[in-house]
Amino acid sequence: MKYVMLLHFPDTYMGEGWKPEQVEAHQREYKAYKERLVEEGVFLAGEALQPSDITTTVTVRNEDAIVTDGPFIESAEVIGGFYLCECRDLDHAIEVAAGIPGARYGSVEVRPVFDYESLVS
Amino acid sequence: MATEHVEQVFREEYGRVFAGLVRRFGDFDLVEDAIQEAMVIALERWDPAPASPAGWITTTARNKIIDKLRRQGTGARVVEQLAHSVDDSIEMSIEDSELVDDRLRLIFTCCHPALAVDAQVALTLRTLGGLTTEEIARAFLVPSTTMAQRLVRAKRKIRDAGIPFRVPDDHLLPDRLSAVLATIYLIFNEGYSATAGDSQVRADLSGEAIRLGVVLAALMPDEPEVLGLLALMLLHDGRRPARLDERGGLVTLQHQDRSVWNQGQIDAGTELLERALRMGRSGPYLIQAAISAVHCEASSFADTDWEQIVLLYSELARTQPSSIVELNRAVAVGMHLGPEAGLASIEALAGRLEHDHRWHAARADLLERAGLWSDAVASWRMAISLCRNQAEERHLSRRLSDLEERHLREPEP
Repeated sequence: MKYVMLLHFPDTYMGEGWKPEQVEAHQREYKAYKERLVEEGVFLAGEALQPSDITTTVTVRNEDAIVTDGPFIESAEVIGGFYLCECRDLDHAIEVAAGIPGARYGSVEVRPVFDYESLVS
Repeated sequence: MATEHVEQVFREEYGRVFAGLVRRFGDFDLVEDAIQEAMVIALERWDPAPASPAGWITTTARNKIIDKLRRQGTGARVVEQLAHSVDDSIEMSIEDSELVDDRLRLIFTCCHPALAVDAQVALTLRTLGGLTTEEIARAFLVPSTTMAQRLVRAKRKIRDAGIPFRVPDDHLLPDRLSAVLATIYLIFNEGYSATAGDSQVRADLSGEAIRLGVVLAALMPDEPEVLGLLALMLLHDGRRPARLDERGGLVTLQHQDRSVWNQGQIDAGTELLERALRMGRSGPYLIQAAISAVHCEASSFADTDWEQIVLLYSELARTQPSSIVELNRAVAVGMHLGPEAGLASIEALAGRLEHDHRWHAARADLLERAGLWSDAVASWRMAISLCRNQAEERHLSRRLSDLEERHLREPEP
């Protein structure tokens, strides 16, 4: 099954209060974890996202696109990145999510990807 | 055959049949409907019941599922494969490569931590216990529609989130097993402690939890905590006949008529406890069962080995730190060393428990025994104002009025 893992972090994650060498060590950890997931055939895609203060939200109503500055939901925690992984089942996905370095600073939301093929068959 | 008898057989065999079919077909709803259809046929045809009812139900339900899959246009080859993968006999599952009862897989699926606790409880009772949605709803005092929705949502999550149908790997097992045990114990306590609602239905819930405990103990006979939980439930339940008076009021351990305890059940619990203790690994359920056993073997409240109880509560507090465990320990200290020592232990918990009626009730009892009646009256009043359970509240009010009456007759010591 495919799962998306959404990384929710406090806005201060790897920002204020983090020493440069601390950030660097943390990024190395991410790199190593990604390499491991690639090797295991689990990793399909994943990116870190720019901070939420440069996010733009688009809503279309009555065929008008309403563009607003900022994330869809203003909160102390923002989505800071995501992984798309191929896992055997939810237990496997939970293990993968728990291994993401940022899980120690924020939370990882595990969402199964909608399976269109299940509608066809 | 009488309808009740058929229903009873179905209920007894439900968990095994359901688990076996779910492993092969994967879809909870499909299996549930098929077993329901099999019951309709059984009500018409059973006279007497077949020699192996579980085998009969499995075969009949399997045929219904295969018919349905064919009608839905599932590929002929897939259906053939599924048809052959299900043997007529449920003994088949024992001969499978992995020697695991499907019910064990099912209970770990139902008690997966990705499901909300109330959903875990409902699913376990529905699929392993064979209770109907209406019965579960009645037992938990929620409308049938609410319970039905809860079950639908839980089944959807199992399917769509990919919750696996298997016993967790060794490194996950301790955590997952404690989730399973917690669910069973919760079901037991709903039937044991809560006094709202239909008391007969609630008592059945405890019986149901014991049944699940028996199944789990048979499936995992080498897990001391599994045996410990079953022993604990048997010991608690063995005292049930003495817990309520004629008017449904709560009778505390101190005033229970010990001659009406269910001695057979208590002996069974004690035997299980001893077997588990010999395995040499302790855990919270084992310790609680040991505490219960010490109470059960005492001929009266005063003759209880309170020193042993204090030691066991200390150990429980170490394995599973909790304010309520500390409170119980303080009460036992009060019995073992006298009310003053008990009060000293109680006061140490004030910061954590002063909003809990149980703390005030324990304190009131100790104050009363220490001869500090005015303080005790204030404490009973506080306990009553914080209590949310009717039977307990009646009990507390009785304690208060007893003391006030006594206070009128004699001066405070």
